[in-house]
Amino acid sequence: MLAHTLFFHFFSLIAVFSALMVIISKNTVYSVFFLILVFVSVSILFIMIGAEFLGMIMLIVYVGAVAVLFLFVVMMLNVSDQSIRKPPRKGFINNISVGSIVGIIIFLELLIVISGWKYKGSFMLEKIPISNLSNTHVLGNVLYTEYIHLFQIAGMILLVSMIGAITLTFNKRENIKRQNYFTQIQREKSSAISLVEVENDKGVKIDD
Amino acid sequence: MIRELKLMIEITLEHYLTLAAIIFSIGIIGIFLNRKNVIIILMSIELILLAVNINLVSFSIYLQDLAGQIFTMFILTVAAAEAAVGLAIIVIYYKKKGSIYVEKISSLKG
Repeated sequence: MLAHTLFFHFFSLIAVFSALMVIISKNTVYSVFFLILVFVSVSILFIMIGAEFLGMIMLIVYVGAVAVLFLFVVMMLNVSDQSIRKPPRKGFINNISVGSIVGIIIFLELLIVISGWKYKGSFMLEKIPISNLSNTHVLGNVLYTEYIHLFQIAGMILLVSMIGAITLTFNKRENIKRQNYFTQIQREKSSAISLVEVENDKGVKIDD
Repeated sequence: MIRELKLMIEITLEHYLTLAAIIFSIGIIGIFLNRKNVIIILMSIELILLAVNINLVSFSIYLQDLAGQIFTMFILTVAAAEAAVGLAIIVIYYKKKGSIYVEKISSLKG
């Protein structure tokens, strides 16, 4: 119980601090690193309250793929030194006031909603799990039976986004000799080879 | 006294929901704040999705119902897809215009 409390406060403090640093840090590369820190600490919280599989998936998907993708784009686009070249703009103060007003209002609304409920004390660690299967096992039991259609649609979403990302960033280069499979396959003997009678001392004329 | 102390050190659902609310609000403020480039906005969207995930997972554990965790997986999928497409759009925009300042992206005159 006490350990849970300590861990929760420690990691949630880290998560909130890093989330703040993501949006206020000057260097975009640092923002990505703080984003990674947020994901790591939240996945530790997930593992702690018993959603181990999601915590691990979160590490793999977010830290391993998404954050590295962000980092890759940030480094490729060379945006990290843009802030040095350009002075802060005029509308910044305006934006920060409007943004914090909206953000604080939303936060207060969420707090009202949260505190309006009655909770039945502690919600974990005491409850005996219904079965002694692991979290991953139970999730798999449900995911591949009840939610199989949603699972396949999720796969389609990933496929479509992959195709979209590739077609967006694919640039076709001109002036390059390329293999054309269809013309290659459709070639027939009659269009490729012709038998000619070669006269003496004349040779053959090759058209190209 | 002991009961109050116990309430203080006991982590309830409320703690997790408050953490999610804080991260959600930080994400929203980050969208408004966008000083430098669009990548920060994308990261703020990731933060918002993360807050939603925290809510879903904590309710799933609280109610002993697996649907929340399943939906968290789908949100994870959508977040990954969204990040990939968004970053691809940013890359081609940078190739065309040479900068991704939020201020300069005003072709739509919104």
